[in-house]
Amino acid sequence: MRAAMDVDARVARGERPPLAGVPIALKDNICVGPDLNVPGDAVGYGGFTTCASKMLEKFASPYTATAAQRLIHAGAVIIGKTNLDEFAMGSSTENSAFGPTRNPWDLSRVPGGSSGGSAAAVAAGIVPAALGSDTGGSIRQPAGLCGVVGVKPTYGRVSRYGLVAFASSLDQIGPLTHNVTDAALVLEAICGHDEHDATSADKHVPRWSQLAEMPIERLTLGVPRQARSDSNHPEVARVFEEAISTFTSLGARIVDVEMPLIDHGIAAYYIVAPAEASSNLARFDGLRYGRSDRAAPGDDLFDVYCRNRSQGFGPEVKRRVMLGTHVLSSGYYDAYYTTALKVRRRILAEFSAAFVDLGCHCVLMPASPSPAFGIGEKGGDPLAMYLEDVYTVGVNLAGLPGMTIPAGFANSPKLPVGIQLVAPAFDEETMLRAARMFERASPGATARPPLTA
Amino acid sequence: MAEPISNEYVRKVANLSRLALSDAEVDEYRGRLAAVIGYVERLRELDLTGIEPLTNVGDTFNRLRDDAPGPTLPNQTLMKMAPRSVPPFVVVPKVIGEGGGA
Repeated sequence: MRAAMDVDARVARGERPPLAGVPIALKDNICVGPDLNVPGDAVGYGGFTTCASKMLEKFASPYTATAAQRLIHAGAVIIGKTNLDEFAMGSSTENSAFGPTRNPWDLSRVPGGSSGGSAAAVAAGIVPAALGSDTGGSIRQPAGLCGVVGVKPTYGRVSRYGLVAFASSLDQIGPLTHNVTDAALVLEAICGHDEHDATSADKHVPRWSQLAEMPIERLTLGVPRQARSDSNHPEVARVFEEAISTFTSLGARIVDVEMPLIDHGIAAYYIVAPAEASSNLARFDGLRYGRSDRAAPGDDLFDVYCRNRSQGFGPEVKRRVMLGTHVLSSGYYDAYYTTALKVRRRILAEFSAAFVDLGCHCVLMPASPSPAFGIGEKGGDPLAMYLEDVYTVGVNLAGLPGMTIPAGFANSPKLPVGIQLVAPAFDEETMLRAARMFERASPGATARPPLTA
Repeated sequence: MAEPISNEYVRKVANLSRLALSDAEVDEYRGRLAAVIGYVERLRELDLTGIEPLTNVGDTFNRLRDDAPGPTLPNQTLMKMAPRSVPPFVVVPKVIGEGGGA
């Protein structure tokens, strides 16, 4: 309320902030400090930022993430935080310590993850925009499963200051919205250099919301043969082929590209991301902040660390920290980590070949291989869950911008299906223009879910 | 690089990760970790000779800033965040002498 009145006062003074009064929700791994007056900020010195973990259940951040600060500056009103897989580790939002989020299209199904709360909040019409974070597909996969637009910007576009780190060389904050123009508006607000994040890029931020209206002449899209895999759900395959036809009817040229490393991206990702996570999550010791249990008599520091971390972290976080510890441990480092980093360079080279050698404006792929699956359906098989991100992880490993746009619906049951566009580094403009062309040509793809009681 | 994973090895990695696992967790995680470790073995199929590892996609390295003090969080706030404190100190178990094993 106070934040909305602040915006009113700014408008009364003649300011025209671009997001004046727009309510926006934040994934709960993005810190808000005491100055933002977010609902739930009851402790006086900070705003709750739980990462959906018992470890941070009572944690309040004493400072605000740059991306959130920039939204406020642009006039937005932060109205709350959204659920996620614990520490953003998951593809279904089932790994939250505070319970799963459900898909607004079918409440027995997952919204995807890890930004599932943000995707569901936008799809259900609770907010017109939300921020998520994307380390291996955590914005784009839930956007696809909930039928909304989701953008992972180029690595370095958005400051990671105040985003609780999962895998620092992959993490990016980005928007989830109903349409391409809204996504572009939020991007304009949150992108830009920040001295608090040494990896943030000092690049000009274009007026994407206006540029997106310009169609691309002689649009060329690369479609990887591997993205037309038999392992795609048949309804995803059908919607994807229809999307290709839509682009063709808009005059686009479709180029077949070979990207064999799509089949190796998940393997490289599940070395690099847990390795970085095991290091990033070492800070949670329950001594300076976070969950802490009473030490038993005779406990030494090692026992206290183990106790606090074992009580605070959920099972998937423990497994990924252990996987990261394993791949970085002496004797295994080269075999796993160095190998994965070499694969990472080759994945980037595959994308570059499509853009440079074959002249593709963007690479077009499904957002994920299946529509929303049932709650509990993939919990027992970690690999089945990990393969949800087969088309998204490579984009993080290569640091490129990628976005999901709603492309249509799977039938019986009716569930949204998204497609993904990937562009060269720092060329969000081309990606957004191509996405806007598609959006304009497929009005039926952006329906809202029916409201159920 | 793949060897069968024993319960003992799972406990060793848990220790290195500063995690205390129950017997049931050790059993469950052994299977799940083995499945993922087995899966990532597929990278060995690839010919990676002559390829440089890519640690970070950003093109900026070692960005320097002025060596000047900036704002820091007040001690009072940090003390409120710490589960146990005797301001201006955070309370931790004894780390020196007998019992200091970490």
